[in-house]
Amino acid sequence: MNSRNQPIETLQDIKNIMNRSSRFISLSGLSGVAAGVCALVGAWFAHGVINSGSTARYPSKHLSDYVLSDSAIPTMRAFMGDRLFQIAVLTFIAAFGFSFLFTYLRSRKENIPVWGTAARRLMWNVLLPMMVGGIFLLKLIEAGVIGLIAPGCLIFYGLALINGSKFTLGEIRYLGYANVLLGLINCWYPGLGIYFWAMGFGVLHIVYGVVMWNKYERA
Amino acid sequence: MKNPIEQLQKVFDSRVRLGIMSALMVNDAVSFNELKELIQVTDGNLASHLKALEENGLLKVNKGFVGRKTNTTYSVTKVGERSFRQHLDALEQMIKQMGK
Repeated sequence: MNSRNQPIETLQDIKNIMNRSSRFISLSGLSGVAAGVCALVGAWFAHGVINSGSTARYPSKHLSDYVLSDSAIPTMRAFMGDRLFQIAVLTFIAAFGFSFLFTYLRSRKENIPVWGTAARRLMWNVLLPMMVGGIFLLKLIEAGVIGLIAPGCLIFYGLALINGSKFTLGEIRYLGYANVLLGLINCWYPGLGIYFWAMGFGVLHIVYGVVMWNKYERA
Repeated sequence: MKNPIEQLQKVFDSRVRLGIMSALMVNDAVSFNELKELIQVTDGNLASHLKALEENGLLKVNKGFVGRKTNTTYSVTKVGERSFRQHLDALEQMIKQMGK
């Protein structure tokens, strides 16, 4: 009986080593959940700031209504001091920190080193599109086109995940597709950016995280 | 029909060698330490298998330096890639025939 199953076991071993040597597989589902929760908390604070600042009119569908006039465009310095920007940075740091923590714990549990070739490749392939996107979005802010900031975040982040999916558990590409799609739709509803943002970075991450945790980690 | 067992490559008849080849197939170059970690074998054991695969022309050794430390990496050769694929195909055939 044992020898009959041997080719199957051998192929499974081969697949296992191929995956472990080329993909970063300790990415934990709980990291997704944690990032999603951070995003929702961040969005809640941002929502408060946005609401207090503007008159509560029905959000416009016209992108041109979300372009600042030349005199209203903040300088980069003033922008960095903006409450919304600070919330965004804090949210990103918290999300990254908690994601790292859960992934670190998982790799400890499964005895896989957390930092290696696979992790390095994943980082590079995710961070590159994100950094390009970040610079592009800063230029958009400089041009006063604030209506495209939230869609831009979603689109570039989604592309980053799709790009990184070859170097970690492949399912993350669906999260990427969903974020790109949300971002594109958001382009037509520029006034609702905060809700699309909360959906893409918050809800979708939590859903993804729970599904992944269920599939790979629930003992 | 040909018996797939004849297509199995004798040189891959070891867990360590299969592990080495699997890792090399999906990476441009893999270092000794990474292989050791992946396959969980002792230095001596890994080295002797690497040597055997190298002597058969299935992998090539790239000696380099990281700073002053030697950094030896291994990558698969064309021949190695072909033989390993053949070996995998044979394994798959065996599984298919088992199902019949």
